[in-house]
Amino acid sequence: MKAYVGIDIGSISTKGVVIDQFGNIIKESYIWTEGNPIKAVKKLINNLKEIPKDIEIKGIGTTGSGRKLIGLMLGANTIKNEITAHAVGTLHFYKDVRTILEIGGQDSKIILLENGIIKDYAMNTLCAAGTGAFLTSQAKRLEVPIEEFGDIALKSNNPVKIASRCTVFAESDLIHKAGVGYNTKDIIAGLCKSIVLNYLNNVGKGKKIKGPIVFQGGVSKNKGVVHYFEEILNEKIIVDKNSHLMGAIGVALLSKERETDKVYTLDIENISFETRGVECNGCSNHCDLVKIYKNNKHIDTFGNKCEVGGK
Amino acid sequence: MYKIVIPQMGDYSTPAKYLISHIIDCEIISIPITNKTLELGSSNSPLFVCTPFKYTLGSFIEGLEKGADVLIQFGGGCRYGYYFELQKQILEDLGYKFEMINLITKGEFDYKRIKKEIERLGLKLNKLKTLYYIFLSIKMVKYMDKIDFYIREHIGFEKENGSFIKLKKQMLKDFSTTKNYFHLKYMYLKYKRKFKKIELDNSKRKYKVGIIGELYTLMEPFANYNLEYELAKMGISVKRYTNVNYLLFEKKYKIKDYLSKTKDYIKYKMGADASDNIARCKYLCKHNYDGIIHMKSSFCTPEIGAMPIINKICKKYDVPVLYFSFDTETSEVGVKTRLEAFFDMIEMRRTK
Repeated sequence: MKAYVGIDIGSISTKGVVIDQFGNIIKESYIWTEGNPIKAVKKLINNLKEIPKDIEIKGIGTTGSGRKLIGLMLGANTIKNEITAHAVGTLHFYKDVRTILEIGGQDSKIILLENGIIKDYAMNTLCAAGTGAFLTSQAKRLEVPIEEFGDIALKSNNPVKIASRCTVFAESDLIHKAGVGYNTKDIIAGLCKSIVLNYLNNVGKGKKIKGPIVFQGGVSKNKGVVHYFEEILNEKIIVDKNSHLMGAIGVALLSKERETDKVYTLDIENISFETRGVECNGCSNHCDLVKIYKNNKHIDTFGNKCEVGGK
Repeated sequence: MYKIVIPQMGDYSTPAKYLISHIIDCEIISIPITNKTLELGSSNSPLFVCTPFKYTLGSFIEGLEKGADVLIQFGGGCRYGYYFELQKQILEDLGYKFEMINLITKGEFDYKRIKKEIERLGLKLNKLKTLYYIFLSIKMVKYMDKIDFYIREHIGFEKENGSFIKLKKQMLKDFSTTKNYFHLKYMYLKYKRKFKKIELDNSKRKYKVGIIGELYTLMEPFANYNLEYELAKMGISVKRYTNVNYLLFEKKYKIKDYLSKTKDYIKYKMGADASDNIARCKYLCKHNYDGIIHMKSSFCTPEIGAMPIINKICKKYDVPVLYFSFDTETSEVGVKTRLEAFFDMIEMRRTK
C-alpha cells in the first residue's frame, strides 16, 4: 500500500501524519517542539513509524516555520509554505469552504477561497497578540490549565473587556481587571473574546468573511474562542476534529502530487544531523549563517546573501 | 580635499559619484548598505520614522566615521523633504563636525542656491562644466533604467546563473569611466547588445507580476530583501515603473494623464507617488498581470492612503495583490513565506 508523510513544524507544536492515497489518516502524532525542531521531528518520526509493514512511503512533505531544515533532513520531495498547505488540507475535507481562519502558536492567518482556489490571504505581521502564545502565557498567569480554558470561558455570561491591541497592554489590563475584582471565568471569557477581536481587526482587516468558515490551528481547540467567533461573525464555524493537523495533511497531499518511483524511509534515528550557527565575516553585512551537517558532512548553508558565505 | 558622502539607493551611486567627482574636486565615500548601516541608522532615529530615513542616516554615520566632512541629502515629495533638517540636527547632537547640502528643496533643483552652498565650502563651480556633467549623468541614469527594465523582465530565465548580475556590474564599472556623450552612448549600445545576447530559457517563464509602492523601498534591494530577485527565481518576470528617470523627468508630464485615467477613484494628487501607483495598478490590472505587489516602508503616509484604493481596483479586476510593509525589524523568513504563498496562489488561479 502506498502512503505519504506530512510534517508541520510549528513554533509551539510539531504535527505529523501518514495518509494513504485517498487522504485517510493512517497514523498521526502531535508533540511539542520545545524550541528544538530536529529533536522534536526525530521523536515524531519515531511515533509515526508504528505503521503496518506493507506500507511503502512514496512521498514526504514538510511545512511550517521549520520546513526548510526538516525538509533537508528527511530528504522531502515537497517543502511548502503553511498557507498553501492549510488551504490544500482543508479543501480535501471541505470542498466548498470559503474562509479558513487559522490561529497557531505564534502566527495567525486568514485564507479566502472561491471554487477551491485561493483568492486572498493575510498573515499577522507585527505582534503576537491574538495568537496561541498569548493565551498560553495568560493561562499560566491565571494558573488555569490551557486545556480547560474554553470550558471555563463558556460558563461566563459577562466577558470582561480587555484591551487587546498589544500583548503587553492586554496583560497589564488583565492584571488591573483581576485587581478590581472581576471573576476568573469572566476574565478568561474576555481573553477569548479579545483574541477574536484582535484577529478580526488585524489579520481579517478589510477581508470579506463568508461561510462556510473553517477554523483551525491549535487555538481552534479552545471552545471559548470558537463561541466568540460565531457570536461576532454571526456564522457557523466548522472545527474539524483534525483541525490541528490540517497543515500536515495538506503537505502530505501535495507530496502525493509529486510522487515518483522513489521510496522513502523513516529510519533517521542513526543519522546525525547537526546545525552550527556562525557569523559570516566576508563583508560588513555579517550575515548569520546556519551551516547544516549530515553525518558530519556539510550539506547546505542557510542565510547567506551572496556567494561568499555559501562555502 | 573634501570627503563627501552620498546616501545609497540601488545602483544610482554610480552616476551620482560620477557627477559630483567631476564638478568639484573631492573624494566620494559610498559604502553599500549592510546590516551595520541599518543598525547605526535605526539606533539613532526616531522609532516611527520611515526606513529611508534610517538607511540614509546610517550611511551618513558610516561615512562620517570614515572621515567624511560633507554630506549630501536629497529632498522629496513627502516627509522626506524634512529629513535634511532633522538628520542634520541628529548628527550634530551626536557630536560630528560636517557640512550638509540638500540638493532638492521645495521639490526643485535650484542651481543658484546649490552654487552658493558649494562656494560657502570654498569650492568653485564652473557653470558650463557643471551643466555638461549634469547632462551626462542624466543620460547615464536613463540608460541604466532602460537596461534595468530588460533585466527585471528576463533575469529569472537566464541559462547560466548570475550572468545578468555579472554583466551589470561590469556595465556600471565602465559607465563610471565615461569620457563624453558619444562614449557613453557607445557603451550603452554595446551593453544593450550584450544583455540581449544572454541566453534565456523561456520554458521557465510562467507569470508576470507588477511591483508598485514607495520609491526608496522599491529601488534599494537591501530595503526590500531583494524581493525582485526572489520573484525572478520563482519564474516570474517583474515590471516596475518607478525609477530615478521617472521621478526626475517623466513624472511631471505623466501625472495629469494618470489623474485623468483614474478619475473614478481619485480627484487630487495624493502626495509622493500615491496617485502614480494607483494609475499603474489600474494599468497592470487591465493588462492581465498575474498579480501585483505593493510595498512600502512602514509608516509611509502617502502609500497608506493609496492602499484602500489599490485594494478596490484589484478586487474589481480580480487580480491578487500582496502588501508588504518593511521595517527594520521585519523577519526575512516571513517575507519569503508570504511570497511563496503568493506564487502558489497565482499558480492555483491560472492552472485550475
